Amino acid sequence: MLEVKNISFVADGRKILDNVSFRLEPGSFLVITGPNGSGKSTLAQILMGIKKPSAGQILFDSQDITEFSVTERAKLGLAFAFQQPVKFKGLTVRELLEIAGKNVEGVLTKVGLDPTEYLDRELSSTLSGGELKRIEIASALAREAKLTIFDEPEAGIDLWSFEKLTDTFSELRDQTKDRSIMIISHQERILKIADQIMILEKGKIKSFGPATEILPKILEGQK
Amino acid sequence: MRLSEEVKQIFCEVAELTEIPAGAYNFRVNGKSVGRQSSENIDIKPKTDVSGLEIYIKADTKNEIVHIPVAISVTGIEEDVYNDFHIGDNSDVTIVAGCGIYNCGGENSVHNGIHRFFIGKNCKVKYIERHLGLGRGAGGKILNPTTELEVGENSEATLYMEQLKGVDSTIRITKANLAKDAHIVVEERLLTHGRQTAESVYQIELGEDSTADINSRAVARDISRQKFASCIVGNSRCRGHSACDAILMEDASVLAEPALDAKSPDAALIHEAAIGKIAGDEIIKLCSLGLTEAEAESKIINGFLK
Ligand SMILES: Nc1ncnc2c1ncn2[C@@H]1O[C@H](COP(=O)(O)OP(=O)(O)OP(=O)(O)O)[C@@H](O)[C@H]1O
Ligand SMILES: [Mg+2]
Repeated sequence: MLEVKNISFVADGRKILDNVSFRLEPGSFLVITGPNGSGKSTLAQILMGIKKPSAGQILFDSQDITEFSVTERAKLGLAFAFQQPVKFKGLTVRELLEIAGKNVEGVLTKVGLDPTEYLDRELSSTLSGGELKRIEIASALAREAKLTIFDEPEAGIDLWSFEKLTDTFSELRDQTKDRSIMIISHQERILKIADQIMILEKGKIKSFGPATEILPKILEGQK
Repeated sequence: MRLSEEVKQIFCEVAELTEIPAGAYNFRVNGKSVGRQSSENIDIKPKTDVSGLEIYIKADTKNEIVHIPVAISVTGIEEDVYNDFHIGDNSDVTIVAGCGIYNCGGENSVHNGIHRFFIGKNCKVKYIERHLGLGRGAGGKILNPTTELEVGENSEATLYMEQLKGVDSTIRITKANLAKDAHIVVEERLLTHGRQTAESVYQIELGEDSTADINSRAVARDISRQKFASCIVGNSRCRGHSACDAILMEDASVLAEPALDAKSPDAALIHEAAIGKIAGDEIIKLCSLGLTEAEAESKIINGFLK
């Protein structure tokens, strides 16, 4: 469903991504990990069309989408939960989620927020960082996209809610055969539910393969 | 009462009126009162010295609404209208004002509305004012509202003031004097486009233990120009907050001149001002949910001005 071919990204004369290539089959559950600054968010933003690659090609369902806008990619079935949630003065949680999809209450429940309490709140600083982050994740879930990318969904989320969130991700993996999930994460709990793991380091793929193969190596390395 | 289609449209947009309202009202069209009704508790009388109304609201009046919309549908009218509201103690009332100008001709049409509120003790007063310009004539549609409030002890005034399209030039002046334990909340929404200019000036005097919360949200488009100037004066222990938030589009410009004048060490006054373009990440976020850039922009603007 997704084919990334020789993607490079250069900023300020520095190669942030260096010739990255990989393929995802439908129904994949990939977790990307790697040190801070290794290029994970940059890769995700390039996939969503937020950044333009300096070189390379992206195919989605065999279609070349390298030149497509964010809107076009969203309409084709890509969704993205930002690492830093966006705030909106004047937009409510309900309005944002209604733009995203139909199951407005369901997705809020999935991220552990009570719809009756949150739907009419404004998406401003009156919400806590963790609440905003969970609403950001809910907005991506509401898309019911073919490929959903979550950039560090665990950031700023308390332990209890994080457990609920990993359950939500596992459910997603079990329920959908043709939809794929890509999660950028540093969390062992998330790495443990992955089917495949990619390690990015200094803009290059250091390893990529079945979680059963890669996870032991990561855990080994931490000792 | 026979109203032209233009006037009906104006009354609908500025006062949400599609029929004659129950309760007290005065309809002013092209410089004349075309319909007026008092109610048991609310007496509306024309002024004798100048153009305008004396509106007396009896003490203990609860949950009543006064409608005083104004429409101008001809070119070349220029009017000063003085409306005074005398609001008795313990009242809880809503006043729906608002003015629309439909100008298809070549001359300016101008409405200067001077509203003065004398609010008693323990009242709750809600004031809603919408301004609108329509018609494609070269003549200007000019609205200059002045709102002056004396807010009595333990009373609360809530002002909602909106001007979202078609007004070529406006100078809006809001002055309030708050007695002990009085409160004022202002929500202002302004949008200017084309070559329009708008100026909004606030002068708020806070008495003992009173509070003020002034929120102005503005969008300036094309080559329009806006100015926001506020002064909150804390004369004793009190709390005052004002926020001026403006979104700039195209080549528009906004000047914010907030002032705080604390005359007592117990006056807690805050001002926030933020002027800038629509944040790029807001647009990208909405595009990632399937909206086009133009759709995203209008969602953000409409939400902001709600
Ligand atoms: N437009 C840019 N100009 C200059 N440097 C950039 C730009 N965009 C990204 N970078 C740099 O690229 C590197 C990779 O950034 P990226 O955000 O992709 O890292 P990351 O792997 O997501 O890190 P983290 O784990 O901290 O989220 C960083 O060193 C960052 O400073
Ligand atoms: Mg990152």
